[in-house]
Amino acid sequence: MSNSTITASPAENTKPEKAKKPASLWSDAWYDLRHSKVFLFGAALALLLVIIAAFPSLFSSVDAFNPSTCDLSRARDGIESAHWFGSDNLGCDTYSRVIYGARVSIIVGIVATLATSIVGGFLGLLAGFYGKWTDVLLSRVAEIFFAIPSILGALLILAVIGRDNAGIGSVVLALSVLAWPLVLRIMRAAVITTKSQDYVLAARALGAGPVRIMVRHILPNAVAPVIVVTTMNLGVFIAAEAALSFLGVGIQSPDISWGLMIADSRNRFLEAPAPLLFPALFLSITVLAFVMLGDAVRDALDPKLR
Amino acid sequence: MASNGEPILQVRDLVKHFPLNQGIVVKRQIGAIKAVDGVSFDLHRGETLGIVGESGCGKSTLAKLLMALETPTSGSVRVAGNDLAHAKGAELKRIRRNIQMVMQDPYTSLNPRMTVGDIVGEPFEIHSEVAPKGDRRKKVQDLLEVVGLNPDHINRYPHQFSGGQRQRIGIARGLALQPEIIVCDEPVSALDVSIQAQVINLLERLQNEFDLAYIFIAHDLSVVRHISDRVAVMYLGKIVEIGKDTQIYDRPTHPYTQALLSAVPVPDPEGRENRERIILQGDPPSPANPPSGCRFRTRCWKAQEICAEEEPLLQIRPGADHPSACHFAEVHDVVHAS
Repeated sequence: MSNSTITASPAENTKPEKAKKPASLWSDAWYDLRHSKVFLFGAALALLLVIIAAFPSLFSSVDAFNPSTCDLSRARDGIESAHWFGSDNLGCDTYSRVIYGARVSIIVGIVATLATSIVGGFLGLLAGFYGKWTDVLLSRVAEIFFAIPSILGALLILAVIGRDNAGIGSVVLALSVLAWPLVLRIMRAAVITTKSQDYVLAARALGAGPVRIMVRHILPNAVAPVIVVTTMNLGVFIAAEAALSFLGVGIQSPDISWGLMIADSRNRFLEAPAPLLFPALFLSITVLAFVMLGDAVRDALDPKLR
Repeated sequence: MASNGEPILQVRDLVKHFPLNQGIVVKRQIGAIKAVDGVSFDLHRGETLGIVGESGCGKSTLAKLLMALETPTSGSVRVAGNDLAHAKGAELKRIRRNIQMVMQDPYTSLNPRMTVGDIVGEPFEIHSEVAPKGDRRKKVQDLLEVVGLNPDHINRYPHQFSGGQRQRIGIARGLALQPEIIVCDEPVSALDVSIQAQVINLLERLQNEFDLAYIFIAHDLSVVRHISDRVAVMYLGKIVEIGKDTQIYDRPTHPYTQALLSAVPVPDPEGRENRERIILQGDPPSPANPPSGCRFRTRCWKAQEICAEEEPLLQIRPGADHPSACHFAEVHDVVHAS
């Protein structure tokens, strides 16, 4: 055996620059999304709905919140040229009410999603990173909330709050209180996987503190599954808001909500189907839009589906 | 290859036992994995100590103990006189500046969400006293140049580099704080053979340039011989033989070292036919329940009763010139055997 078994070789040749598309997870995902018909369709629908929610007056010349626009003599009239979606029990224009009702759905969806993602994500990060008793405590508390059937739990919370105080805020609260444990679980699992990666070990060896490790190293690498759940939750919360309003514990008149409109018109459905069908159609389209978005984002961020 | 003066790293009776627990509510300790069990050595400035041994012998745990990524069960690690193993907070952070690490797998040791500039510059952000803010970018570019990368690639992401280049990024990160010791945990075993030589040569050049001391952990005996001044052979959490590279490779006295060396592939067909092959029987025993006395006795062809009763200490044996932990140590040149 020779004294030295390793011989010098010319310096590693640095490859010539090639103009290829960058291949990080986010840019890959964005590339996939831009070329996904499901995403583009869902995003266009969602964008339209957000615009409707923000500026309903652009889409309807009738102010649905103004009672003087209702005319009892028109109650349950069918579709006519001035009232495309017909009129409801009180003779109000269904079209303008559907347009103005989008705002509640979108606000509940977005605020509840933000609240659950921030609370669940933050606590999940702590539980996964610190482990031990922090994890035990947070996970057990989350499981208690997880064990409550969601509609029953929301009914209970809203019943306690009472009809007089019910509104967007209480619906958001009821939905968020029951949904954050799901985000916590997903975040916690992702953090535990990421925590044992070599680059986290390398950062610890450099002397990085826990906040730096969590913010710079773990969070950017563990946040993808939470983003997927967040997008899907939007649709789920919008449907849940409609369900609670339908059951009479959510949004209350004179506020406008699709769930409430469906509830108001259900007794006269055979006589006048339009005031029920149109809010139901918009609700379905909205939920569909966000579920499609979530689906597309999941496909783009899941490396196993590549 | 300075071996005089105060050692820069002193490891004494280092022990790491991982507890084995049983029970769901009330956890009882039913045993321990003795990953590192009484390891002592010195490392001098500018010296390379190679650590070899088969998988599961505690090499990587030893590296983690040296980096204070694990807390030792007992024993001490002194870096330039400061006890690393029991330091905390600001003091630990200060000692860490002197001992840095190059990790095994360049594909997992770099954060995929950070640019090269952020990765190599992170040590400066953590130890902000080392470099003033305005200088950092320049310093990072200097480091990239030192390890043979294009300084203009500072804004690229790790996945845009090859394995060898990524390992260079890892080395640049380790160099940033100008440590005196770098622990290399299998720094080339994840690389292609052709790239291995380049990285090894880079490590040697950096050693000369910055007077670095290396702990070089590997399972490739020829790589270790090439780069090391001294070599320690580990078996089941203990050092069984330690000495200068020529002492270990040409005059091994421990049967385990001899068996290891006899397994090194020989590129010369004639030499291959002439050399002796020692084939060990069985697998290494579980580190949770190591054999009594000498840990190697269950696979040793020399084992006698004394090996089960008395643990052989790592000391210089008659007829040898370097410490060996065998009751029947004798020089036996495996590689050059005719």
